[in-house]
Order: sequence, then structure tokens, then C-alpha cells
Amino acid sequence: MADIDLSSVSKTFAGTPALEDITTRFDDGEFIALLGPSGCGKTTLLRILAGFEEPSSGRLRIGTREMANAETGANLPPEERNIGFVFQSYALWPHMSVRRNVSYPLEIRRFSKAETARHTAAALASTGLENYADRMPSDLSGGQRQRVALARCLVSDPCAVLLDEPLANLDVALRATMQGVFTDFHKRTGATMVYVTHDQAEAMAMADRIAVMDQGRIQQFDTPQTLYERPRNRFVAEFVGRGTVVPIQEVTQAGNAQQARILGARVAVQSAREAPVSHVCLRPENLTISEHGDLRSKVARVTYMGGKYLLETVTDCGARLFAETRARFEVGAQLGLTITTPWAFSED
Amino acid sequence: MMSAAQQNGGSRSEARLLSAILVVTICLTLAPVLRLFIEGVTYQGRPSLELMRDVLTQPSTLSALKHSLVTAGLGTLISLVLGAAFAFLVALTDLRAKAALVFCLMIPMMIPPQITALSWTQIMGPSSVLLKTLGIAPPLGAPQPLYSPEGIIFLLGIQHMSIIFLTLRAGLRSIPQDVVEAARISGAKGLRTWWQVVMPLTLPSLAAGTAITFVTALGNFGIPAMLGIPAGYATLPTLVYQKLAGMGTTVLAEVSVLAMLIGAVAVAGILLQRLCQSRQKLHLVGSTSRPLALPLGAARLPVEVLLWAVIFAILVLPMFGLLATSLVPAYGVPLRLDTVTLAAWYEVLFRQPVTSRAFANSFGLAAGASVALVAICLPLAWLMERRKTRLARLFDSLLDLPYALPGVVLSIAMILLLIKLPFTEATLYGTIWIIFLAYLARFFAVMFRPVQASLKQFDPALDEAAQSVGASLYRRLRDVILPLSAPAAAAGAILVFLTAFNELTVSALLWSSGTETLGVVIFNLDDSGETSMASALAMTIVFVVVVLMALIQLFSRRFPKGVVPWQT
Repeated sequence: MADIDLSSVSKTFAGTPALEDITTRFDDGEFIALLGPSGCGKTTLLRILAGFEEPSSGRLRIGTREMANAETGANLPPEERNIGFVFQSYALWPHMSVRRNVSYPLEIRRFSKAETARHTAAALASTGLENYADRMPSDLSGGQRQRVALARCLVSDPCAVLLDEPLANLDVALRATMQGVFTDFHKRTGATMVYVTHDQAEAMAMADRIAVMDQGRIQQFDTPQTLYERPRNRFVAEFVGRGTVVPIQEVTQAGNAQQARILGARVAVQSAREAPVSHVCLRPENLTISEHGDLRSKVARVTYMGGKYLLETVTDCGARLFAETRARFEVGAQLGLTITTPWAFSED
Repeated sequence: MMSAAQQNGGSRSEARLLSAILVVTICLTLAPVLRLFIEGVTYQGRPSLELMRDVLTQPSTLSALKHSLVTAGLGTLISLVLGAAFAFLVALTDLRAKAALVFCLMIPMMIPPQITALSWTQIMGPSSVLLKTLGIAPPLGAPQPLYSPEGIIFLLGIQHMSIIFLTLRAGLRSIPQDVVEAARISGAKGLRTWWQVVMPLTLPSLAAGTAITFVTALGNFGIPAMLGIPAGYATLPTLVYQKLAGMGTTVLAEVSVLAMLIGAVAVAGILLQRLCQSRQKLHLVGSTSRPLALPLGAARLPVEVLLWAVIFAILVLPMFGLLATSLVPAYGVPLRLDTVTLAAWYEVLFRQPVTSRAFANSFGLAAGASVALVAICLPLAWLMERRKTRLARLFDSLLDLPYALPGVVLSIAMILLLIKLPFTEATLYGTIWIIFLAYLARFFAVMFRPVQASLKQFDPALDEAAQSVGASLYRRLRDVILPLSAPAAAAGAILVFLTAFNELTVSALLWSSGTETLGVVIFNLDDSGETSMASALAMTIVFVVVVLMALIQLFSRRFPKGVVPWQT
């Protein structure tokens, strides 16, 4: 097990920057999710950790070993990093049985026959695959294949496990089950895990900390709760959870409390520091529907969410806000909204 | 982004291995061609175009060039008519037993040209055993009609129709079916769909096929040698052969110029083919999953009968001629129950030391070339797929050259390169090694392309997975890449074996006593009048060819798409 330390890591592909100046640290035993839209650089970052890509600049350290250093040109090839990697396509070798797929890493490390058999059996048992050991990968279902891939990467006791959108090819029900498998696996082994996904629900459910990425940079790196409640900028506010970012018209400071004029209404806001704030993030939790709410708006769309309705409303000044309610409203209905202590941040 | 990603992936050992294999392969395949070019533009060690001018203005050169262009050009026309008719009917209509048709159409391409020529001369002319047996032979003294330019043209046309058939069929298969369906829903019927929609879309692949057929016909040695030399009608390849056979290596500089001349015409054809093929790829998008099957209706049975009749005439009939000739005690004796004998078979297969030596040589050369090429192509194709360096891409665009260029060109180039090894007095000329190296160069593409096609469909994550669990480059090649591309490598190896086993053009210029190949032996047996023995040997080879082809066909379902050349 080991921590991962990146300092000023950048990567360009044929002149196009894919990663820009990433400096961060993943602690030993943490479950990290890299979350972002496609093309944000999350997979590139993962492949640099694994050694499939070399950073164009910067340094990477895992545990006590320096894995890559663009200044000296040093780059430890993937086969010497002792890292587990779970691929989106599972990448099971189709010509080997499940057992051989799992035992292959030990074969490479020249374990004795008995040792190999013992470790392989343990890995198969911990992923619930004892009864499938002699099947070929083509005879397995998607979830079973993913388990084999997981067993294969944990059998050699890697110092970190990297997962590249491992659930993207599975159906919704199976995804929930496999999330449980990954979380249990993390708890049991205590391995440092880095998990790439574009699905925020997945990241929220499993990760200790989430790095939200966009345009080759880490926009915010925090716990799921902090990301949701205290986004640092417009991208994070809009990408994580459901929310609308609106500008603040005027801020007044009264002792410790901060007040702002938003969409014509005067409300108390929270923010990270004394620095000037420019925008707020309005999530459904910040909006209450009432007859006499000071924000007049019209229902534009109603979506049933199971037990509650999501209303997309348009205010008189044209802003689109999301509110949740247990009562049913018709499209076109007029209602009033009250804003309660939204999160404010500065955005240029 | 993906291709850039592959470029940077992996370890330094891959980069080193790639460079090492690339250097060896470039020396093997492209250096001879370069050496030939240098020979042509120098005279006694200094740059000069004098020699080139001398040779190019000789009347024999000019007439051979004219003969080459005429026979290759008109032969291509015959291939075009036959191959295109078959391709359109097989690819577009609801004919039955298409797989069998395609297989039979491939056989002419796989049978070596000298055997094609030999078999056809056995069903024509005054001494044809088959015609004599049937009592319809022309009177003694009547000329053999195939010993003529027309004979050469006709046989070149038959020999290479498969090439047109294959390229056009591949082009037709890439036409999305919705394009044709859209034409039909707009009201276009039968031939109108074909003429106004299918035909314009297939023109690029038709042109590409025509160009490559012309290049192949131009380089054909077996047919003009067997038919043209008796008639005193020389094409460029046979002129080179005659000069080199008659006067030895003293005329090497002169034949180099001739080889360059053939090479220049061939390169023009290859460039035309590449141009046409790149056009083909531009505008065809859409699903091509279901092959087209336009109903022929009542015409289906007559068309099927006609097609099988053509196959019978060009494939089965000549084989009967060959068989009849191989079963008589002496050439010219009619075949009857009391004259039938296996003496020629026995003599050629078990008695003649030359033939058993040739069997051993051809078998060794073909098997050796297959094994060596698997060992080179597998890692090379894999590394080139993973690391698309500039050198690798350049090599990828040139590696077909030794196979596409006429065999005569490569043979002369090989002699020039190996007649005196650099820094020593040793020579490889006259040894079996020069033939072996020439085979490696010539059949490189035959092995490389199927392996490359299968590796292109290979998920790079399979290799990365092995890398992430600690497998070294060698282990990954052995445990992951080799097993997964084994079917393609096997198909490639069988194809190389098949082509090398029958090869004549290269070995005709490179053999010497003791290093005869089967192709050379058939040629020499026929040349010295031992037609019965030549026929028996040819029948044996045809048998081997068909068995090997059937073997590939049998396993074709297990090969990835694009590996078996007649199943593109």
C-alpha cells in the first residue's frame, strides 16, 4: 500500500494539452474518484499513474519510489510498477481460463506452484468466483468478467489499484451490486484506489474524496459532501448535483453574516472566506415553494422522480431554477419561491 | 487522441526492439530495390546515364517492352471482363453455392503460371494426348496455337482474373445496402440500379484491381516463358532471363536497366492502384452488415449453369489434359486402357534425383520462409501497431513493394546486393541462401498483412493488462499476443508456404545446379521435352495447392476478418 504524489504533471498530445499542471496527493488507503466529462483528462491522468503514458512535464511518486520524472526522462515501465489496473473492457485474455487469468500475475512473479494455487484460490473466493474457475472468459456474464478482472488485479497485492470506468459496460442493477463489491474490496484490503468515472452518483457513493476535472485541470478535490455543498466554481456547481448558478447583484456585510441580492431578492448567503463573492449556486434544497414567496416564477417542466416531483421553473427575469416538491403542479402554474442560505463563490 | 496515446505508451524496450526489427526488415526488403536503382544510374562506379541510354535504345529492348505492354494490357482486359462478370454476379445476386464458386475462382491464382501454361498446351495442338485420345487432334505438323502472342494474352487473362474478382468483390461488399435499397424504393429497377448506383460506386475498386492486375501480368514470367520462348516472342521478363541464362553475370549491368524498366512501369501501375483505392474509402458510410442479394428470378439457373461451365472450361479441362499426358508412356501416344501407365509419376517422384532434390529445396525454402517470416512479422506488426513512429509509417507504405514489383526486378536486385558481400570476398550467388533471402523479401507482405489485419482488431487493453500485472515485453509476446494472433499467423504461414512452394520467377534467375526448385524443374523438364514427367509433377503440385487451400478454407471461420485473402 502506498500514497501517490503528483507534482506539476502535464501532458500534451501532439501539441494539444490534455493535462495541465496537476499537483496533488492521494493518501495511503484512500478511495479516490476522478470525475469529469469526457475529454477532461481523467483517463490520461490514470494512464500516467499506470505508466502507459509518460508525463510531458512534472514528477510522479508512488510510495517511496519515483515512477516518472519528465526532467530526468526517467519513466518506470508499467510492468515494473506493481500496480493493479481494471479496464473498462475488462481485458480478460480470451485464450486463458478464469483461473489462469487470475494466476498469470503470480506466474510472472515466479511464485511456486503451491503458493500460486493458494493465492489464486483466495482471490477467486473473495470475488465469489470459486465455481467459475475453469470456465473461459467468453462463457461469463459482464458482472462475472468484471469480478475476474478485479481478482486478477488484487492477486499480486499491488501497491495501488487503478480502475478505468469499470462499470460503464454494465446494466443499472448490476452496477449497484458491483459498487458494493468495490467498496467491500476497498474496506477489506485497504488498498489505495483511483477510480475514473463520468457518473457522479457512482463517485459519490464510493469515493472518500473526488477530484472533479475539466479541461485538463483538477477543478476541486474534496469529499463528496463538500463538493456538493461548497462548490468552488461554476463548473463544479453545475457539474455536481442539480443546480443553477446565478450572479449576485450586491453584497452587504453585517458582522459575521453576509447578505446578497439575488434575482431581486435579498438573502443570507454562506461562503468560504471573506474574499468577494460573485455567484451563488441554487440547488433544490435552497428553494422552498410558497404562495407568497418573493421570487415569482412559472412551471416550465414537471418530472416525476418517484415520491416527489422535480419542477423546472422560469423566474420573471428569465433564470431557470430547479425545485422539488411532493405536491403536483401543472405546467404553466404560477408559484412563489423563497431562497434559503445558498452557497456563494467567486467566479470571473 | 487514441493513436497519440498508443504512440507514447509502453516501455523503452519496445522502442528498441521496434527499431532493431525495422532495420533488419528494411535491409531485407527495401535495400535490394535501392541497390538496383543505384546500379542503373552508374557506369563503372560513377554516376552516369550512358548505360541506361544504350540499353533502352537497343531494338530488342524496345520490342520486348512493346510485347510486354501488349500482352499485359490485353491480358488484363480479358481478366477484367471475366473477373468483373463473376464479381458482380456473386456479390450482388442471389446465386447459390457462392462459397464454392469463390473457392474455385481462387484456384487459378494459386496455381503457378508455368503449370497453367503447361496444362493448356496439353489440351491444344497436334500432340495433345487428350485430343488424340478423343480422336479430334489437329494433324501432325499443325502449329500449337498457344505458342503465340494471343496464347500468352489468353492465359494471362485467365491466370489473373481472380485478382479483379477479389478487389471488385471487396469493393462491392463495402457498398452500404441502404444505398441500393434507396435506389429501389425510388423506383430504379434491376440493371438500372446496377448501372446508375452500383457501377459508379465501384469504379475506384475496379480501377484499382485493373491496375494491380496489369502490374502482375507485366511481371509474369511463367506464361511468356513457356509459350513465348518457343515462338521467339520475348517480353521483358523473358528477355532478362534469356540474357542472364545465356551470358551469365557479365550482362548484370545491362539486365539491371531492363529490370528497372519493368520496375518503372510497375510502379506507375501501383501508384495508380493506390490512388484509386484511397478514393474508394472516401464516401462510403453506412451499414454493410447484410450482403446484397438481388433476385435473379428465372435467369438464376441458366446463369449458374453458365458460370460453372466457365469454371469447368478454365479449371477442370486443362487439369484433364495434364492428367492424360501424365499417364502415357511417351509424349504423343494416345491414352488407351493398354497404354495407361504410372511410369512418369514413378520416375519423377521417386527416381529422378533432380526432382527429389527440388522437392527438398522447395519444401525447405517454403517452410523456412514461413517460419522466419512469422518470427519477424508477429513482433513487428504488433510494435508498429502500438508505436506509430514516422519510420514505421513510412515502412508500412512501402512494404508491399517487393511483392508488388515483378519477381524479375527483385531477383536482379538480390543478385546485385549479394553477389559480393560487403567487406568480404564471399558471395551468396549460386547458393540456396540467395533464394531464401529473396523469398523472405518477396513474401514479406503476404505474411505481414494478415497478421497486421488481425492485430488491428486486437484490444490494446489485453496487452496493457498483462503489462500492469508485470509481464515483460517477451512474456507478453509469448503469452498474450502470439496465442491471440496465432490463427492469422497460421493463415499467413500457409499462404507463404503455398506461394513459395510453387514459385518460379525468382528461382528461375537465382538457381544453380543443386539449388533447383520445383518451379524450375517443371520448366526444365518441359523445355527438354519430358512433358509426361512435367505433367505428373505439375499434377502433384496442383494437388498440394488445393489441399493447402482447402485447409485454410476449413479453418477460415476461426480467422479474424481480412486474414484469408479470398474472404475479404
